[in-house]
Amino acid sequence: MAWVWFHRFGSPPHFYRLAGRLTPWFAWPAALLCLAGLIGGLGMAPADYQQGDGFRIVYVHAPAAWLSLMVYVVMAGTAAVGLVWRMNVAYAVAASCAAIGASFTVVALVTGMLWGRPMWGTYWEWDPRLTSELLLLFLYLGYMGLRNSIDDVGRADRASALLAIVGVVNVPIIHYSVIWWNSLHQAPSVMKFGRPTMPASMFVPLLLMLAGFTAYFVALLLTRARGEVLRRERNAHWIAEALGQGPGCKV
Amino acid sequence: MSAQRVGFAAAAAALIVRDLRLALRRSGDTLQPLGFFLVVTTLFPLALDPEMSLLRDIAPAALWVGALLSSLLALDLLFREDAQDGTLEQLALCGLPFAGLLLAKTVVHWLLTGLPLVLIAPLAAIALGAPYAAMPGILAALLLGTVALSLIGAVGAGLTMSLKRNGSLLALLVLPLAVPVLIFGARATALAIAGEPLAAPLYLLAAMAVLAATLAPWALAAAVRIGLE
Repeated sequence: MAWVWFHRFGSPPHFYRLAGRLTPWFAWPAALLCLAGLIGGLGMAPADYQQGDGFRIVYVHAPAAWLSLMVYVVMAGTAAVGLVWRMNVAYAVAASCAAIGASFTVVALVTGMLWGRPMWGTYWEWDPRLTSELLLLFLYLGYMGLRNSIDDVGRADRASALLAIVGVVNVPIIHYSVIWWNSLHQAPSVMKFGRPTMPASMFVPLLLMLAGFTAYFVALLLTRARGEVLRRERNAHWIAEALGQGPGCKV
Repeated sequence: MSAQRVGFAAAAAALIVRDLRLALRRSGDTLQPLGFFLVVTTLFPLALDPEMSLLRDIAPAALWVGALLSSLLALDLLFREDAQDGTLEQLALCGLPFAGLLLAKTVVHWLLTGLPLVLIAPLAAIALGAPYAAMPGILAALLLGTVALSLIGAVGAGLTMSLKRNGSLLALLVLPLAVPVLIFGARATALAIAGEPLAAPLYLLAAMAVLAATLAPWALAAAVRIGLE
């Protein structure tokens, strides 16, 4: 009885309507939070005494890096729900995560490299965080590659779900072994995000950006998952009801 | 219909003997990864300077990248033929623990690629300027590392066994997961060549081999079942 809400969530028409209704509740806060965070971070926060204005890229880099990891966990979690309860909607959500997560990973990598140019004097340093971001990108690419190479949607769902779960077990191992590897080769990097000594005028905009990016991710995920559900259910009757109010609208 | 009941140990042993016999009858295919390993490690001195101090520095990298790639080579065939001729379906249906039977097949993969590689590695290591005193450390690291590589790779092979073209995809799936093994294996090898104590990376390699041996069979069984559907 208590699980009815959960199983209703697995019904594609219900999910489609619910996701459509929820999207603006995440999209607008995302826009407002990011705007406030950017004004605070780029305009009001003081320049760092060591890094000057270069540190301001942290307001894009840190949220993107945080999301690149969180999206992978969300992807593995929804994939596991799909495997356990055979829930098609959960698979659709997991499938929509991959491209979003890979994009955030690329953003984190590129902003990290742009930050590294003035700080390290080179675009690429084998910094442990950047290196594990790069490996995370390979994990996303492997996931997408596996999905693309299996034609049958159901089998692609299950195989890629298993890969995501194997990956999420390995992400911490890869991350810490890269840190260990790096600490042997070079002195610890100067990069120290989120240090407690950061003044509030720098830290509050960062929190706003983190919240804004997360809300943006949820809005994006809901929108993509709706598209994915439509694509999978393209022959179902409810789609005509959901989309085709006007006459002559055929799906 | 014979009513003879076969225990798991007997079935796994029979499976290992069968796979080994099949591999010995096609010894050409079986030896290819080894030849590949030797060729790859030979390429490094040719691409660099044949100066021994330089080679000694890159020896861990050459040995481990070679080991990783040659273990990948044989993975493609690990489940493919048995999936095509229905052997895997029979194994899945026979009522014995499927994860255990697939683990037996993975053991064969290690016996055919991991173990020979460990045995031939001293040759490559000496050619790359490693001192004789480093051999026990290098062998121990490769012994533990190849076990983990076979287990991790088998999961990737199970996921891609029913795909038509899977060579490059298999590499993309398996190599990022094998990064920790590469890091600690190469580190242990470097310490062995430098003559320093190498217990720490060896313990970590052993931990990874044990973790892989614990978790990989279940993931492998799930992957192969999905592939058989």
